[in-house]
Amino acid sequence: MNASRHRRDETLETLRGRDGDAARRSPPPAPIGLPVARADGRAKVTGEARYVADLTLPGLCHARLLRSPYAHARVVSIDTTAAAAHPGVVAVVTAADLPDVHLVYGHAVADHPLIADGKVRYAGEPVAGVVAEDLATATEALALIEVTYEPLPHVVDAAAALAPEAPVLHAKAGEQRPHRGFEEDIARAHPNVCSRSVQAWGDIEEAFGRAAVVVEGTYRYPMAYAYAMEPYTAMASFEAGGLTVWTSAQHPYMVRDDLARCFGLPLSAVRVVVPYVGGGYGSKSYTKIEPLTAALALRARRPVRLALSVEEAILTTRGDAATVSVRTAFDAEGRILGRDARIVLNSGAYAENSPLVARKAANRLGGPYRIPALRVESLAVYTNTAPASSFRGFGAPQATFAGESQMDEAAARLGLDALELRRRNLLSPGEPPWAKARGFDADLAADLDLAARELGWGAAAPGHGQAICVSMSDAGSEPITTAIVRVHHDGSVTLMCGSTEIGQGSATVLAQIAAGEMGVDLARVHFLNSDTAAVSYDRSTGASRTTTLMGLAIQAAARDARAQLCGWAQETLAPDGPAVVEERGGVRIGDRVHDWGAVVRAWFGTASGEVVGRGYLRRSGATAEMPPFYELGCVGIDVSVDEETGVIRVDRMVTIGDVGCAINPRLAEAQDVGAAIMGLGMAMREELLYDEAGNLLNGNLFDYRVPRFSDVPEMRPLLAERRDGVGPYGAKGGGEGALNPVAAAIANAVERAAGIRLREAPFTPERVWRALRERDSR
Amino acid sequence: MPESRTIQLVDLACTVNGRNVALRIEPRETLADVLRERLGLTGTKVSCDAQVCGACTVLLDGQPVSSCTLLAVEASGRAVRTVEGLARDGSLTPLQEAFIEHAAFQCGFCTSGMLMAATALLEEQRHLSREDVVHALEGNVCRCTGYVPIVDAVLAAAEAGQ
Repeated sequence: MNASRHRRDETLETLRGRDGDAARRSPPPAPIGLPVARADGRAKVTGEARYVADLTLPGLCHARLLRSPYAHARVVSIDTTAAAAHPGVVAVVTAADLPDVHLVYGHAVADHPLIADGKVRYAGEPVAGVVAEDLATATEALALIEVTYEPLPHVVDAAAALAPEAPVLHAKAGEQRPHRGFEEDIARAHPNVCSRSVQAWGDIEEAFGRAAVVVEGTYRYPMAYAYAMEPYTAMASFEAGGLTVWTSAQHPYMVRDDLARCFGLPLSAVRVVVPYVGGGYGSKSYTKIEPLTAALALRARRPVRLALSVEEAILTTRGDAATVSVRTAFDAEGRILGRDARIVLNSGAYAENSPLVARKAANRLGGPYRIPALRVESLAVYTNTAPASSFRGFGAPQATFAGESQMDEAAARLGLDALELRRRNLLSPGEPPWAKARGFDADLAADLDLAARELGWGAAAPGHGQAICVSMSDAGSEPITTAIVRVHHDGSVTLMCGSTEIGQGSATVLAQIAAGEMGVDLARVHFLNSDTAAVSYDRSTGASRTTTLMGLAIQAAARDARAQLCGWAQETLAPDGPAVVEERGGVRIGDRVHDWGAVVRAWFGTASGEVVGRGYLRRSGATAEMPPFYELGCVGIDVSVDEETGVIRVDRMVTIGDVGCAINPRLAEAQDVGAAIMGLGMAMREELLYDEAGNLLNGNLFDYRVPRFSDVPEMRPLLAERRDGVGPYGAKGGGEGALNPVAAAIANAVERAAGIRLREAPFTPERVWRALRERDSR
Repeated sequence: MPESRTIQLVDLACTVNGRNVALRIEPRETLADVLRERLGLTGTKVSCDAQVCGACTVLLDGQPVSSCTLLAVEASGRAVRTVEGLARDGSLTPLQEAFIEHAAFQCGFCTSGMLMAATALLEEQRHLSREDVVHALEGNVCRCTGYVPIVDAVLAAAEAGQ
């Protein structure tokens, strides 16, 4: 296990800025593009970095939740008398205690009551909350609550949930909310269909009619848990006519909007503050426990902290399990003629973000290929299991496992090299993957070459198998983002924006962009983020969008600040004199240079004041086309298989981070290594398992094993920077790409090593062993 | 704590980061509880709460232990070290420096435990191979970094003479 750090391929230097304007060709201003140390380094190695659970308030109470033991049941009655009388208990809260609260939330489909309202739809759903002076007392009181349930028939499997006689989870459809990015109707062909997305073009029947080769199969991607090491934690306080919630959330502004709706408050009266966050990976997207924590605080009339355990976090959000049935038609030369697929997601008891995951899975199943005819139907299906939502990759890992497995299956059938088959089908730079989409902003053929060279393609050791797989995600979500750049009278800069530092390094990268754009020393830039009362709007921290989209907003804000400062300099310092010339970090008037601080002081007339630069981003100009950018994945893998035990040994992984321009190459590379290992976990071992009764069997970290030190192969992370993204200096997003192709790459490499085709992840030793025995019996 | 509960409090006397600590605590309090809630040393994080992930690792007489499952009374008369005790007068240890230099963390939630487990290793053993580091830190989970930069950082700190 070792990594060469910040390796940028030298041959790519010549490709940098191959197209685009002169500004893009010029090197970015330092510290943009430099591997500077993380801004949060000192705080995180000294224990000073504060997360929600580290914060407190005067009079803070602690909450625990009583959860349903049934997968599906009517709640007949809840008796809280004894619990409420328990010494030290401040409040016991059920849905019945919240007549003044709008209980149901959900950004795509509003179907999720913040606490069970007459019915429970999965084992582990919160039924009552206890607020007490301390956690131990709250825990004791939980045992004193008497709940009478009337069990209902339940369903845990997505295919079973689609049967005509299946138990129905939601008697009426949840209110569909105007959430752009998810435009499907909730056409309830079956009441357990949470959403149905279709991506289709071309004549699919004609394509399959003239195919030389058709590959067909069903691929299963596991129900996985993100395991952000900090479990969901929130602290809520009603004060001064408003509500303040401190929470471990990726999208504070989205949480604010849901809280305002639940509690009937104007947006301006709701403040959501996000301190350091202990991992997200999508699992802290959108609203989680914040409305319930606030409801508990409302009834307790005291500030309340709700800190979930890891076991409870697993029951709060997981990834969508997928069954992808797909067939792909090729002509004799290996060109794709058409792809026809059905994706069924097990999305759990509530919609959460699964409708968008289903939509994205449909968009991403085509991969980065030219496909003349496509038909993908993607269903998010309700089941009596923990709700599924965003998880790093967002439909792409599920779809790419199927799509990229089929590329290698087809190559074998056609007698073609698997990379050559891909080259014949890859989108060219500038070519839109579907009508009205942005042109493809990458050169994946070059990435494939790079991966092949680094992996030593075609030179696998005896007993080893290699594979290289690619992926494409329509990424970036919505380009709705604002930023504020303040320049103080000493010339230092405060950057304020709503992007959340979840570990990905946004606090560092965004400060680098601000420092580079303002021409000031990085040490003089300070970053204030994710406090909806203090910083301006950002729609989300997800979909790999922050560097690209918030980066553009910061550039705009910096330009706005500089333009104002140049005007002030002319007005104050040279009212009748020569024209002000902008320089790095200030202005030149004649032969004198004034830094920005001097301009501020001159304009206000004394050592005070500041300039406020504003940046706005929307679907307009460079970000008018959707998606804002494509996120690419390109992963090479070398494996061997133990024939006796079925254990797959992954020896080496190569990742190509096709990020356009790495604002901080060290952090870009770090994202890829982390993503690839996360992908490895789901490909090899991770899977949440439900029993027939609807109980989660392995909902804890003993039984749900994530990768550890000894699981890590030799890693070779490379960056490709061709300045071909829409973001600052040609940047585009990263952080998911290296995860998406991992399962397919392992399956394809195992096929070459051992002659077995794995279509169900994770590839546990048992599954591999069975496949080996089946191979031997053929 | 509510007045009405009649739990027999017990004495806890130990040192934490070199300072004498004397407290009356409930017998059921874990070392993590005492550090975080009573002493305000929130650098120690609790994740799995079941001795699986290593996030809560502190040193007890120099040995790494999971503070989430260790009753605080077990620390009586012993020396506890936490992440807050690593830096001296504001200067970071070579290990802390190496963590920053190698970006051996992202979200930071595993970092305190990782640093304490690695500190114990470095104090015990000067010459380390990659295998030594992997073996010693196998009980600590990181979900962000893919582990590679953590191993690099520990090896670099060993070089630098932690």
